[in-house]
Amino acid sequence: MDAILTEVIAKYNYWIYVVLMMIGFYAMIGKNNLVKKLLGMNIFQTAIILMFISSGVKKGGLIPVLDKQAALEHGVNSALINNPVPHVLMLTAIVVSVSVTGVALALMQRIHRRYGTLEENEILEKMDR
Amino acid sequence: MKKDYSLPQDRPIGPSLIIGTAVRVMIPFVQLFGLYVIAHGHYSPGGGFQGGVALGASFILMAIAFDLKTSLRFFSIRANALMASSGVFLYTGTGVLCALLGGLFLDYSAMDALLALGPVEWRSMGVFIVELGVGLAVTSIMASLFWDLSSGGDLEKGL
Amino acid sequence: MKRIALISTLLAGALLIWGTRDFPSWGDPNAPASRHVSPTYIEGTVKDTSIPNAVTSVLGDYRGYDTMFETVVIFCAGVVVVSVLRRPDA
Repeated sequence: MDAILTEVIAKYNYWIYVVLMMIGFYAMIGKNNLVKKLLGMNIFQTAIILMFISSGVKKGGLIPVLDKQAALEHGVNSALINNPVPHVLMLTAIVVSVSVTGVALALMQRIHRRYGTLEENEILEKMDR
Repeated sequence: MKKDYSLPQDRPIGPSLIIGTAVRVMIPFVQLFGLYVIAHGHYSPGGGFQGGVALGASFILMAIAFDLKTSLRFFSIRANALMASSGVFLYTGTGVLCALLGGLFLDYSAMDALLALGPVEWRSMGVFIVELGVGLAVTSIMASLFWDLSSGGDLEKGL
Repeated sequence: MKRIALISTLLAGALLIWGTRDFPSWGDPNAPASRHVSPTYIEGTVKDTSIPNAVTSVLGDYRGYDTMFETVVIFCAGVVVVSVLRRPDA
């Protein structure tokens, strides 16, 4: 019981992000409307981004923007400053998320123009006919 | 498709005095703030992507509050395409210039041969030029995505 | 269909939570993500590049190649939306 409690307190942030990921995953595969699937994908991407950012935090850490005078004089102690590498990778992930959303919405407009509906089962029926 | 405006929920809202006045005051400050975030990427959180999105959002605000044609009047399609291409060209061009001057690709300290400031200072200046290119590309693509998606391609009548 | 989706979602969630047993705790300064190349970036950002913002110096200088392809990606997204949606004036 004590071990489980220690584990929960040490890692509860990853569990919250796993729950958010599974909400987005269920929306992607369980819903019929194409716009709802796209929103599920956005929720999934947001959960991944938050998980990476939270994995680079250090206890008692300051933000990665240093003070130039103090850094030139004393030097920096890298155990007190949060890790900047996940922030950089997640900037790329956010831009990719925006690009994929834009292209998906454009394709959905063409699908709606061609088939008249955005429900997945109706589109599959019209395609098979 | 010609719509029949007999039902009250179908009629378009038309120009509104409150929204028009508030947005007309707000847009220059949003653009100034976007340029500030791009320029202060070295000393505070910010940089090319963040400031570019704020700058592009000012054109989206103009398209939502007024008409789509108003936003196109201030930022034409030709200028949009030129700005996006020149943003990518600025980034890749800086890398090729560094390679031509003797260093590696995107090694900014090689530009010391052009204007002697010191290799460490040129790395800071090189990152600033590159962030400017990224900001130009992102702002024009944000506006172009909104125009195309909200009007269905013909750029006549937006949301 | 929805029942299959719900069962597979719960199964995937349980597998992921079971997989977090190997993760370092939240806020651990000796986590593997903060040990190999990240101290080099933090200590070298004012000395080598004179940029106090470590995120901008990693984004633009140490990993500038990735940012270049990032810009190309968002440019391609804009070009794709224009080419899919705009119809030629016939």
